Amino acid sequence: MPPVTTIIWVAAAIVAIGLYLSWTAGRLDRLHARIDAARAALDAQLLRRASVAQELATSGVLDPAASMVLFQSAHAARQAEDEQREVAESELSQALRAVFAEPDTVTALREVPGGPQTVGELTQSVRRVPMARRFHNDSVRAARALRRHRAVRWFRLAGHAPFPASFEMDDEPPVLLTADGAAGHR
Amino acid sequence: MRIGIVCPYSWDVPGGVQFHIRDLAEHLIEVGHHVSVLAPADDDTPLPPYAVSAGRAVPVPYNGSVARLNFGFLSAARVRRWLHDGRFDVIHIHEPASPSLGLLACWAAQGPIVATFHTSNPRSRAMVAAYPILQPALEKISARIAVSEYARRTLVEHLGGDAVVIPNGVDVGFFAAAEPNPEWQGGTIGFIGRIDEPRKGLPTLMKALPKILAERPDTRLLVAGRGDQREAVEDLPERMRDRVEFLGMVSDQDKARLLRSVDLYAAPNTGGESFGIILVEAMSAGAPVLASDLDAFRQVLDHGAAGELFPVEDADALAASAVRLLGDQERLAGLRSLGSRHVRRFDWSAVGAEILSVYETVTAGAASVAADERTGFRARFGLARE
Repeated sequence: MPPVTTIIWVAAAIVAIGLYLSWTAGRLDRLHARIDAARAALDAQLLRRASVAQELATSGVLDPAASMVLFQSAHAARQAEDEQREVAESELSQALRAVFAEPDTVTALREVPGGPQTVGELTQSVRRVPMARRFHNDSVRAARALRRHRAVRWFRLAGHAPFPASFEMDDEPPVLLTADGAAGHR
Repeated sequence: MRIGIVCPYSWDVPGGVQFHIRDLAEHLIEVGHHVSVLAPADDDTPLPPYAVSAGRAVPVPYNGSVARLNFGFLSAARVRRWLHDGRFDVIHIHEPASPSLGLLACWAAQGPIVATFHTSNPRSRAMVAAYPILQPALEKISARIAVSEYARRTLVEHLGGDAVVIPNGVDVGFFAAAEPNPEWQGGTIGFIGRIDEPRKGLPTLMKALPKILAERPDTRLLVAGRGDQREAVEDLPERMRDRVEFLGMVSDQDKARLLRSVDLYAAPNTGGESFGIILVEAMSAGAPVLASDLDAFRQVLDHGAAGELFPVEDADALAASAVRLLGDQERLAGLRSLGSRHVRRFDWSAVGAEILSVYETVTAGAASVAADERTGFRARFGLARE
């Protein structure tokens, strides 16, 4: 029969470990919620960008070749399955860069009725996609770091939640639609 | 949108971060948002209507200087009450990685949290030791903002993760519209900054001054900032001392007028800068800028396109560039116009819209901010989500 003090120490240790595990599980839960919110925000921004691109492609302001390229890639980005999403969205970025490579395109677009608003919406969405993606990938990194922790792996604190994946794509905006481009630099 | 901003440093002590928060809050209120700023302040300090006091800040030695910080139960309680009463859609914390009110707020809140990292301090031992404690708080931040590419790099190296770069804002119109003061015109070089802070680089400028005066004897150096004036001119030959004018601490208005008046603004800083707001202010006022080649400065000056750079602490190079520029009116005029075009992106209208974009991105698909009531044990032992 071990002395009473030993039993108390063991009990205290078990309680402390339990508290630590419970706290870590709470942290992990919060990180998963953050990833969900960031992913929803990224989805919303990607959809918004594809919609503006599609609107532009069907507006008749751009020349037929540019319209077709833009329509095709915007359509593909909206319809893409999860596995092809990153590729499709990257292609939309490339199409936007190709269409808005010339300052004349932006000037012509600004001149039609409603054009300045469309340029504004597009400028905003090509800026917000990289922003949302960075926030999403940052939350994924934080969750991955915690999930690699020994305590999390041994006690299976992550439950059945899938190992979080980052979203990798080419999100470089057309230069003319950035602060640098608008100021006439580079 | 209901926005809560947490200021890490005492509201009554002037400083870059405090000014940034004041201007941001005022800009956001102007464009129609509800803003509340939680800041450390003595209870009898007069605060603007949008600010809430988090109690007195205690001076503590930290990281080589004296920081005025908030901690303890009283501050924590005030943070919780502010979060509870504010019903914010998003909270914006500044400097969450220093032991400050920002860190307290990060602990106490849940929901969409945006954080701005201003300084690019080298990794301190305290930070390494506190890393396991810091990490759970920093994990709650949904969006990180760094004020420059340089600050972002330090952040990534020290804490991992990523951040978007949004520069500090300046009220460009205020500086551009200031009235030049004739007394400060005619072959003048301007310097603004603490005299007794060697990192601001006044000693380098003093070393360069004799060479500048040898070529252009009419040049005057105007120095605005706190510090011991006699000590500053100690190494200067007696007969040259009257070419230096000390203006002491100047008001915002006088600072703008000074920048409007001078022929050249010199920024000989030797380090410790993560952004360089003074360069943007100088360019807004149309002053040609000659700055030391620090990472942060190079970026603000668009890699030397919007202002001239010289090697850090190189007094000879500073003197040579200053002499060349002061004698070349065409180049000065060119720099003036380049500078005023370049600073448009730093105007609050542009910077505020960027910050609002961040708020809108993180609030899309997330619940609003609340005090972090720890979940019950049953829920926690039910473990993470299915």
